[in-house]
Amino acid sequence: MDALADLFPNLYLGFSVALSLENLLYCFIGVFVGTAIGVLPGIGPLAAIAMLLPLTFKLNPVAALIMLSGIYYGTKYGGSTTAIMLKLPGESASVVTCLDGYEMAKQGRAGPALGMAAVASFIAGSIGTVLIGMFGPPLAEVALLFGAPEYFSLMLFSLIGAAVLVHGSMLKALGMIALGLLIGIVGTDVNTGMSRFTFGVTGISDGISFVVIAMGLFGFAEIVSNLEQSSLSRDLLFQKVKNLWPSWTDFKQCWNPMMRGTVLGAFFGILPGAGPTIASFSAYTLEKKVSKNQAQFGKGAIEGVASPEAANNSASQCEFIPTLALGIPGSATMALILGALTIQGIAPGPQVMTQRPDLFWGLIASMWIGNLMLLILNLPLIGLWVKLLTVPYRLLFPAIMVFMAIGVFSVNNNPLDIHLALLFGVLGYIFIKLQCEPAPLILAVVLGPLMEENLRRALLISRGDASVFLSRPISAGFLIATLLLLAIMIVPAVRKKREQVHEESAQF
Amino acid sequence: MKIKSQEDFWAGLMFVFFGVFAIVVARDYPMGSALRMGPGYFPTYLGVIMIIIGAIMTVRACRVEGGKIGRWGWRPLLWLSVAFAAFGLLIDEAGFVLALLALIIASSLAGRDTRPVELMFLIAVLITGSVALFIYGLELPYQLFPWS
Repeated sequence: MDALADLFPNLYLGFSVALSLENLLYCFIGVFVGTAIGVLPGIGPLAAIAMLLPLTFKLNPVAALIMLSGIYYGTKYGGSTTAIMLKLPGESASVVTCLDGYEMAKQGRAGPALGMAAVASFIAGSIGTVLIGMFGPPLAEVALLFGAPEYFSLMLFSLIGAAVLVHGSMLKALGMIALGLLIGIVGTDVNTGMSRFTFGVTGISDGISFVVIAMGLFGFAEIVSNLEQSSLSRDLLFQKVKNLWPSWTDFKQCWNPMMRGTVLGAFFGILPGAGPTIASFSAYTLEKKVSKNQAQFGKGAIEGVASPEAANNSASQCEFIPTLALGIPGSATMALILGALTIQGIAPGPQVMTQRPDLFWGLIASMWIGNLMLLILNLPLIGLWVKLLTVPYRLLFPAIMVFMAIGVFSVNNNPLDIHLALLFGVLGYIFIKLQCEPAPLILAVVLGPLMEENLRRALLISRGDASVFLSRPISAGFLIATLLLLAIMIVPAVRKKREQVHEESAQF
Repeated sequence: MKIKSQEDFWAGLMFVFFGVFAIVVARDYPMGSALRMGPGYFPTYLGVIMIIIGAIMTVRACRVEGGKIGRWGWRPLLWLSVAFAAFGLLIDEAGFVLALLALIIASSLAGRDTRPVELMFLIAVLITGSVALFIYGLELPYQLFPWS
């Protein structure tokens, strides 16, 4: 109950931070850029945040975090615009929005579809913000009790979660995780001072920056893959969008699906390794099952837009709960945001909430403000974003290359990083060709050194006895949950369902 | 033996390769014991895990039907690599502007339908924009030209 009693003074603190002119400005820049990134297909939030990281070096930590988070949840709004207008997901979390959103647009109802997507995102985002405020602090209190065994088991749970829920083969994802952990420990070993896997290159004795890896795997490789496709033609059928505001009947029809989407989104957001894309798929599948007008799904049902859009936004908001409360990122994007905090000199973890309440509550307040800005940005200004879609890719990708090169270089001002990014870019392209999803890898890169350190400490405390992971209840809980996840995947029925869901998504 | 899934077959071999690589390199690092893990302990076990995963995948690829590897986009891969490499090689000696120029020109060669006039325009906009934003706005300490 303490948490609830403190909620209002804390929110007051948060709003006083977030409403400062400077933070409002960075929040706006963040959500504006985020919407643009979301609208443009072929560039995702991960590459965008990595690219724009240098812009935050000069900022204070609060402003930096507000802006980067704004980019992230902003993409979820922008992604739906492209999905509805072009049947192309501007961003992976809006893949399912294509199904009914585009159908609605074909029937001349692009306006209500776009409007409903924005409204659903806003309502879900607002609820998500409240959830972070309610569940973040108590979770951080629990996390303060965590020792090395708990952290190790939690990270294992995160990684296995990422492997189970990722697109494509689970075995490949597990391999990618092992490879990521290995890349993560490149550099000087903290315990012995020994250089590992550096091959005498001094530039990587502090490890390979995750910005470099993210930019290679998600930026460079993605552009190569986009360019090899013969045509990136975009048929913009509907230049004019009318009647954005959904009718009252639309709204009533969507209320329950929206709420269900929000709850599912929150669940998948908190679950490490899952995130917005899975959330939107699950929400759509659920609505298709429970809806009264099932026949309409796939033919322009407005619930088929509202529910997944609510789910992906609530998930992207709730992903911040474990990230901020435990200091353990649940997804690759969250790993980048935590990395940005580290660059700012703030060690992520449960202590952040008590030591820097301005940071935590300022971020939460800014998220709500950001969602409001996004609603305004996306409804009256929709025409601007639709215009953005007419910019051809041949003009876009050189600009992305420029931003990536400068972004990579500015992290350490070392040209070596550019060449490393190139190396990871080529590797990333091979991954794409072999259908190996890189997201679990980058999560593992960040967790690699932490995992090794906590494993080492746990075994030191227990005198080399591995049963320590099972004798401590919280750690055992995470391990049992991990085993359950793996076990569920082996059950044939679930595996079939998973493959089916991923096949549906693969059609886009 | 026939490969039924090219994707999985090569992905499996890739993991085996990385696993062997990890173990071979980590041989130079002390293993230690579970009680006192040495620097070689964690990478060696990661290598073992990767080899197991890769081996299962490769064997399964000979039994279960799966995807073919599509055509490789050599042209974009080559030119975008040149673009990054040129930027990396030029930025310290030749300065920000020339490094960007090389980057943009090489990038544009990766595309199929580059138009000269458009390219000139793009170069002008991107370079002035980057200089304004990064050098003057964010005050990143890079020299603009070789002579500056």
